[in-house]
Amino acid sequence: MAKTPAKKIAPKKASVSEDAARANRERPMEPVPYKASKEELLEFYRQMLLIRRFEEKAGQLYGLGLIGGFCHLYIGQEAVAIGLQSALTPGKDSVITGYRDHGHMLAYGIDPNVIMAELTGRAAGISKGKGGSMHMFSTSHKFYGGHGIVGAQVSLGAGLAFGHKYANDGGVCLAYFGDGASNQGQVYESFNMAELWKLPIIFVIENNQYAMGTSVNRASSEDQLYRRGESFRIPGIQVDGMDVLAVRGAAEVALDWVRSGKGPVLLEMKTYRYRGHSMSDPAKYRSRDEVQSVRDNSDPIEGCKAYLAEMGVGEDQLKILEKEIRTIVNNSADFAETSPEPDLSEVYTDVLVEQY
Amino acid sequence: MAIELKMPALSPTMEEGTLAKWLVKEGDSVKSGDILAEIETDKATMEFEAVDEGVITSITVPEGTDGVKVGTVIALIAGEDEEATTKAAPKAVEAKATPTAPENEQPTPTATAAPAPVKSDPATAAGTAMTSVTLREALRDAMAEEMRRDDRVFVMGEEVAEYQGAYKVTQGLLDEFGARRVIDTPITEYGFAGIGTGAAMGGLRPVIEFMTFNFAMQAIDHIINSAAKTNYMSGGQMRCPIVFRGPNGAAARVGAQHSQNYAPWYASVPGLIVISPYDAADAKGLLKAAIRCEDPVVFLENELLYGRTFEVPAEGDHVLPIGRARIMREGTDVTIVSYSIGVGLALEAAEKLAGEGISAEVIDLRTIRPLDKATVLTSLAKTNRLIVAEEGWPTCSVGSEIIAICMEEGFDDLDAPVMRVTNEDVPMPYAANLEKATLINADKIADCVRKIVR
Ligand SMILES: Cc1ncc(C[n+]2csc(CCOP(=O)(O)OP(=O)(O)O)c2C)c(N)n1
Ligand SMILES: [Mg+2]
Repeated sequence: MAKTPAKKIAPKKASVSEDAARANRERPMEPVPYKASKEELLEFYRQMLLIRRFEEKAGQLYGLGLIGGFCHLYIGQEAVAIGLQSALTPGKDSVITGYRDHGHMLAYGIDPNVIMAELTGRAAGISKGKGGSMHMFSTSHKFYGGHGIVGAQVSLGAGLAFGHKYANDGGVCLAYFGDGASNQGQVYESFNMAELWKLPIIFVIENNQYAMGTSVNRASSEDQLYRRGESFRIPGIQVDGMDVLAVRGAAEVALDWVRSGKGPVLLEMKTYRYRGHSMSDPAKYRSRDEVQSVRDNSDPIEGCKAYLAEMGVGEDQLKILEKEIRTIVNNSADFAETSPEPDLSEVYTDVLVEQY
Repeated sequence: MAIELKMPALSPTMEEGTLAKWLVKEGDSVKSGDILAEIETDKATMEFEAVDEGVITSITVPEGTDGVKVGTVIALIAGEDEEATTKAAPKAVEAKATPTAPENEQPTPTATAAPAPVKSDPATAAGTAMTSVTLREALRDAMAEEMRRDDRVFVMGEEVAEYQGAYKVTQGLLDEFGARRVIDTPITEYGFAGIGTGAAMGGLRPVIEFMTFNFAMQAIDHIINSAAKTNYMSGGQMRCPIVFRGPNGAAARVGAQHSQNYAPWYASVPGLIVISPYDAADAKGLLKAAIRCEDPVVFLENELLYGRTFEVPAEGDHVLPIGRARIMREGTDVTIVSYSIGVGLALEAAEKLAGEGISAEVIDLRTIRPLDKATVLTSLAKTNRLIVAEEGWPTCSVGSEIIAICMEEGFDDLDAPVMRVTNEDVPMPYAANLEKATLINADKIADCVRKIVR
């Protein structure tokens, strides 16, 4: 099959300084790719591969009818969650996202078993089987979900950031949302207040180029989404979201800025989803070649593999890792298939906290 | 050890599909991400991707086969990685036997339920030639006919044009009417509901689709504060002839934020018309009426009904009156009042009860506001017993309203308390067994009838 040219994923250069000159205000530094040690890079690779294999397995279980409803896979976007969340301090910083949430949970080290068991709706699931794929939370990890309403997590994230500032706990909130979500009105209401009150929040647009079947330029008058905060004076940075080191580099810059009390940063992660929007997406809005060319030319896991090769990590070592991950994922599927359904009494629990 | 490739479930409601086309043949090597086959459901054609690597050793279901049940083995792959394959395959077989197999998690009655005798709609003349269409097609036809008739009518919403509708209700409209009249919006419900409302105030006839009514909560201010009240506030000068439509109520396994019935919410608002049909003929006739109506209409559909086939008048301009209930089945012992998906369940319950010698009359409200009190009270006067069956929460429900009407205006006809059968009073859980326990069903309706008919 003839290859189409690689879809342009990488950001345009110099955009940030252009804007800085225009605005004549202090800006975060231009990010540079993170210099990872071999151990760190191996860990990035391991985590990205865990997400990929976990999601592939979830897709299989969906096809078997073990997972129901909507199930949105993160395949292709792994570098975003891993690059960003590896820079956070667990237990101090908070994370919130939408319904495409499995990857962000895995990136925070949450047990794959309880995630998969939530997907199959079992009592051992992280929401006792009551939330499902779109509604998963782990307050102990300061992971605040898992939200099904497009855009809602942006305001909620600003609220979490408000809490960090209020308690003066030094924490930062990372709020993820999609290119489609970036058109919701509440996003801009939140941008305004977040900057006005210098809230410690990193807004992350995961620009995977489509909102269901609508490409960014069919839905966004300003399609350079990193600029979307500029009129609120939120500095925006466009990042190659397919390169885990670029993502991590941007995370460092953003965290420096936000932690020093200068207010929010907006990161636009240019990324791509390989699968349909959810399992039931006929995917007529893009060509197979387009998907294939991103897979061939920009895959985050393959890219990481290439960095590892430069550091002298060979295929053999990665094969062992691959086996370990397959075991973890297969075990999580076993666990999720064999653990019992919730007790019927759970229908009525957790509606309210107190008794009246 | 071969990996069994099974007919995948590609949507929350899919039970079977057509294996339209194989894109690989026996002997081909495949790797993760390769497209293996095209599968058609009632909604769309979807691509089936390989997850495992290996060689296709046999294709067990040929292309062009209809009605392939989810879970049927359609091909075998010989894996390259023994370890991974032995893990995946046998477990897949067991999986079908667990209680969460898709056929068990369907909260709605399946085709096995005996079709209840349905009384013909008084508004459709006897002898009218009928044709079978799905509810989805009936809604689309209603919009298309009204768009042909009146250039002011346009359709706007998320994924309504190029994607052909998230649930394929607007399929084909872009082709026929073009991008001027079939308009994809960004995900900005508050904004486009406002734009639609303003356009209606300015003289157009918008049909605003919400991908589901769960997302209309983003826009409810315009529906209520802008659309419902302007005629009154302007002393009758400024009209707002708009239709807000989309699926409402619980779908299958989509959890608390995506499963709720807004009929009682909108029905509480003076200045709105609220319609929630059950079958395709009513959906078509009432959607056409809604588009022609001078008032703002909230038109509540049900995703689980979209794929069901019903009889619809084959020809002519099928427009039904707004504000009229319909007697779906006549009976003498008890009246079951319902609307939307609840009607199917009520008919199923009536059929069960008939076997026990209880004759139940089933009323489909069709329009929730203004409510056809007369039909309800006339039936009550005949049967002297009444229950309401509603797929939604019990508190402040349409059922609550019917009970109030029966108390205020039908008290002398009552031989038993009016009862509500609804979903449980909780947010919708995701787990298959919990969801099933939470939702209303025909057995719950029949049980309630038995309690009041002695
Ligand atoms: C308020 C609201 N409107 C519509 C939807 C339906 N919906 C779910 S996801 C989605 C697309 C979102 O795209 P994007 O923000 O780009 O995120 P991605 O799915 O690409 O991660 C839509 C329209 C919703 N869940 N909530
Ligand atoms: Mg997107």
